Parts: sequence; C-alpha cells; structure tokens
Amino acid sequence: MTETIAEAPSLSPDTAAAPAATRNAYRDALLTLMAADPRVVCLDTDTGLFSGADFGAAAERYIDLGIAEHTAMDAAAGLAASGWRPFVNTMAAFASARALEAVKINIAYAGQPVRIAATHGGVAAGHLGATHYALEDLAVMRALPNMTIVVPADAAATVAAVEQTADLPGPLYLRLGRKPTPPLPTLPLPTLPLPTLPRPAEPPRIGRIQVLRDGADVVFVGCGPHPVLAALAAADDLAGTGISAGVLNAHTLAPFDTGTLLAHCAGAALVVTVEEHRRAGGLGGAVAETLADQAPRRMLRIGLGDGPAVGAGSQDYILERHGLHPAPIAARVRTAIESHPRSSA
Amino acid sequence: MTVMAPATPGPAGLADVADRIRGHVVDMCAGREGGHLGGSLSIVDILTVLYFGVLRVDPAWPENPDRDMFVLSKGHGALALYATLAERGFLPVDELASYGQPGSRLMGHPMRDIPGVEVSTGSLGHGLSLGFGFALAARLAGSDRRSFVITGDGELQEGSCWETAACAAAQRADNLVAIVDRNGLQLTGPTEGISPLEPLADRWRAFGWSVREADGHDQAALAAELGATPWEPGRPSVLIARTTKGHGVRFLAGKPVCHYATLSERQHARARASLASFQRGSRDQALPAGTPLDRPPLAGTPLVEAPLSQPLLSPGEPA
Repeated sequence: MTETIAEAPSLSPDTAAAPAATRNAYRDALLTLMAADPRVVCLDTDTGLFSGADFGAAAERYIDLGIAEHTAMDAAAGLAASGWRPFVNTMAAFASARALEAVKINIAYAGQPVRIAATHGGVAAGHLGATHYALEDLAVMRALPNMTIVVPADAAATVAAVEQTADLPGPLYLRLGRKPTPPLPTLPLPTLPLPTLPRPAEPPRIGRIQVLRDGADVVFVGCGPHPVLAALAAADDLAGTGISAGVLNAHTLAPFDTGTLLAHCAGAALVVTVEEHRRAGGLGGAVAETLADQAPRRMLRIGLGDGPAVGAGSQDYILERHGLHPAPIAARVRTAIESHPRSSA
Repeated sequence: MTVMAPATPGPAGLADVADRIRGHVVDMCAGREGGHLGGSLSIVDILTVLYFGVLRVDPAWPENPDRDMFVLSKGHGALALYATLAERGFLPVDELASYGQPGSRLMGHPMRDIPGVEVSTGSLGHGLSLGFGFALAARLAGSDRRSFVITGDGELQEGSCWETAACAAAQRADNLVAIVDRNGLQLTGPTEGISPLEPLADRWRAFGWSVREADGHDQAALAAELGATPWEPGRPSVLIARTTKGHGVRFLAGKPVCHYATLSERQHARARASLASFQRGSRDQALPAGTPLDRPPLAGTPLVEAPLSQPLLSPGEPA
C-alpha cells in the first residue's frame, strides 16, 4: 500500500525554487513546527514519510501506530480533546474513505483540532493503481462540518498552510501530492502578449483565493499543482488567440473565499474550474454553488470523469487522458466561447 | 539475515516455477517505476503452491463459477501475483513487461479487470473480509468452493482483520483459509517494533480459528497444509507462513529497504545473479551451469490430489 519516498528532494533554501513534492515540504514544515510548538504530535501510519527524519527533542511526539488509519483518526481525536495538536499522516484515499467514520464523528462533528496530512491526492499514486487514488476526497471533506480544506499548489503554499493553521481551533484536511512539482510562477512571465499580463502572486493566505493572473473573458479557478499549472498554461494559449483569461488559485476549499471569486467572475463570460478530482462535489462544486447562489455564470467544470474507471498509469498519463493538460483545456474553452458568444451571454 | 533455503525440495516442478516467478518479480522491479520487491518475493512459494497445487482455477475460463476464490489482501504483493497468473496461463508472460507502463492493466496493486484477479486490493485490511464474503456465498449456494486469502503480517494491524476473524469463527466458515505472510517486516521496520503481533498463533486461536504454522518457503510443507483444509471442521483455517521479505535476493533479503525497490541496471543484474545462485544452492540436484529455465507446461494436472478431485466446468457450459 505504500512505497518508499526517497525520490523527491527535500525543500531547503537552496532548492526552494526547484520542483519539490508538497508532501516533503509538509514533512519539513512539520519538523519545524514540532520544534516550536510542544503541543504538536505526529501520528504516523507506517507511511515512511518520516523515515530518517530528525525530530530532535520532539522525538517522543512522533508515534507510528502502524497500519491502522481508523485507529489513528480516533486516537488523534482523543489527543486533540486532551489539548494536543495531532497531525495524522496517511494517504488521501485512506483518510477520506477508510477512516471516514472516525473523521466524521470524532474529528469533524466534534470540531477537534486534528490535522490530516493526506498524501497521494488525486491520481498522484499513478502506477500504484486505483485503490490508492483519491478522487472523491474533496467532495467528502467539503460535506463535513468544521473542516478546513487546503490543497497547496506548490511547496511554498504547503509551508504556508502548516504555519498559518498552527492555531486553527478546528480540523484541517491538507491534501498533498507525491512527486515533485514546479513552484508556481510568482513573477511576470516575460513572453506574454498584452493585455493579459500576469501579475506577481500574493503570498498564499489560507482562506483567501490567490490571484495569479487577471483576465477579462474567462476566469480559471484551479487547485493543486497540476491543475493550477495547466490553467496558467491554458491561459497563455488562449491569450495567443485573443481570449483574455484570468487564473485564480483556490487552494482553500473550505472555508471558501466567495468574495474574491465573485469579484473576479463579475465580468467573465465563462468560469472554468480545473481540479484533480471527480467533477462532482470538489472545487467545481464549490464554485458552482457559490455562483448559483449569488451570481450565476456559465461554467465549465474540468476534472476526472464521472465513471468508475479512470484508467491506470503515471499521474501525468492519467491527467492527459482526462484532458487535464493545457491544450485540451484551452480547446474546450474556445469551443465553449464560440458556442455562446459573449454578446448573447 | 541469511536467505532461508527450502528445507526440502517441493513437489516436482514447483521449484522451477517459483524460480521463474521470482525472476519475473525482479525484472519488473527494474522498470521505470520499480515495485514492491520484498513483499512480493516473500509470497512466491505460497502462490506457487496455491496456483499449481491447491486452487481449483481455470485459466481458460477465469470466471468459472466452480472455481476456488483467491484474494491477495496484501495487494502490494501484486508483482508476485501477476507473475504467478502469467505462469499459470491467465496472462501472457510477455504482458509482465508492461507492468507500471501507461495504459497497462498491471499496476502496483491488482485490479479486478485482470483475468484471475477476483477483487481489487491495495488498501489493507479488506481482503480477509472479502474472502469471508466469498466463503459465505459458497455456503449459501451449497457449493464446496473454498476461499483463500493471503494477508500481510503488518496488515493485521488493521482492526478490520480482527472483526472478520471474529465473524468468520462465529459463522463456522471452515471454507475460509487465511495465510499470513509472516515476514516480520512492514515498510518502516519490524512489526514487533511498531505494533507487535505476537503471540500471533495464540491470537488466532483465541478468536476460534484452527491455526498451523509452516516455513513459507518450504513448498512441500505448504502443499501438505494448504491441500488438506479444513483442519478442524467448523473452524476457519489460518496458516502462519514464516517467510523472508525479499527471499531469494541475498543482498536485500530480510532488510526493510527491500519493501520497495527500483533496481538500477547493475542492481538488477546483481539480483538476477543472486537468484541464480540461490536456485542452484537450493536444489537437491543443482542445475548445470547454463541450463535454460524453460517454461513448464501449464499445470493442468493437479500436483496435490485430495482437494482437486472435482473437475471444473468447461468454458461455455452453463453454470
């Protein structure tokens, strides 16, 4: 059920701009947090993520319970109720399904400050196969009360999530990846045509949508490394054919930043959500619910199919098969724009 | 830790089959994605005995309604299962080279769309319950079909395993057979250092199971035990198979690091050489150097007679 995790480099100042796995960024951030905050406990489930990690004086607060995810969630709830701040490490597939009743009743309903570090989000498990995919986890977690849900799009956002939620009074679901992914661009890209210049991204703030690029015609809303990067590249592509597209990084799905979303979608003809999740109930669901309630807009929800089979292969292969690459995304947006010209919208 | 050689040669032919399966496993771990080497090699002899000596299965008709059911609850042993299914005729041996490649059906954990795979596994702690369901289904249907499940030892830390242990005993499901791959290691280290399982046999006994133990690399011993279930009428059976993680590859065997391996070209050659010397050293009659390991005929003839007396239906015959 698990594999070694040695392939990804750890995040350090020297490599901060290099591709990094969000799970490794989480690991390093947690080690820092544990050194600073004596309430923090790391509950592991034989994941191997912390193999060889130096906990220093916090070593006794690292507890590997073995392969027992449900027990880990209930135990974390007990720790949290006793004043500790437990982080539970498991895969997103197991956190959101295998151990769900403990998460629902004893963590979410009870509002306990348990942090669920859910690696292998989406199809990050790649060749490990479908039992290890998490394609419903965001829908499941969104349905639970009190749950803060964060999907960092890169290592920096992961560190920000760990740091900024240190004193969060309720539970956190932190969806992480597996293999290294590039950092989001934070400076203007030099080659883009006017008038859709990207702008320097604000630092990630938990609970606030991060505006990566302004655009007039289309607004992309993405979460997670691959979807956000694909949306940025698709926006570039569209700019080349005269379609101005903005990009929002909605890293926090709950509580959802409806204000920023509505402000940026007010003038758009089309709102496009991109996520590594089934089309139902995740980011597309959050955006659709918000817009339907307050300011209906035409939408295109891009995610994985609604059927049971998503295929198998590397993460990138599956994402490509399901159209989560820049070119097919841009093509779908063009088709949608052409079929509903702005004047008739 | 030294590699444990089989104490006695297995039934004729089985040792060669297991050697080939080990070779396939090592080869698959040399692919781009690597694979769960250790926990695959620890179950090769068990799978060989099951598929070539015990299970009533039908490669020509995998869905044969009279077949015995097999569940690899420790789905990360998939490489050994794929190789066994290939050697048994469920899959083309050539298909093993597609393991881990985009579009292949052979991924890191087994999916049920693979011929011979009954259920998708990989999330630990489900297989024993599923196998129990198959056992109940057989009983409800008045069938003598049996249900065999291989669990990992670390996997027994999942509480659901023990729910099933209680339920299966309560239901007197003596057509259910669990085999624990007791290699002593989970991903990060020894099971006993993380969440101890011992006294494991006593635990199962306390739940009402009939318990036996065997050297999980002694094919003759495995065949004798697995070919004669139930050992006690009215009780499910569990065989605690003492195995070595990474069995057959000396430089990895018994080490936690062998849990998952992406073998470099050099490591692959070394592992292959280790397997070859292991094979020569473990035979009563050593193979002459350079002897090609030919594929054997697919085992149409049962090697363990007692439980295989009933013929399977032919393909196309109504259930």
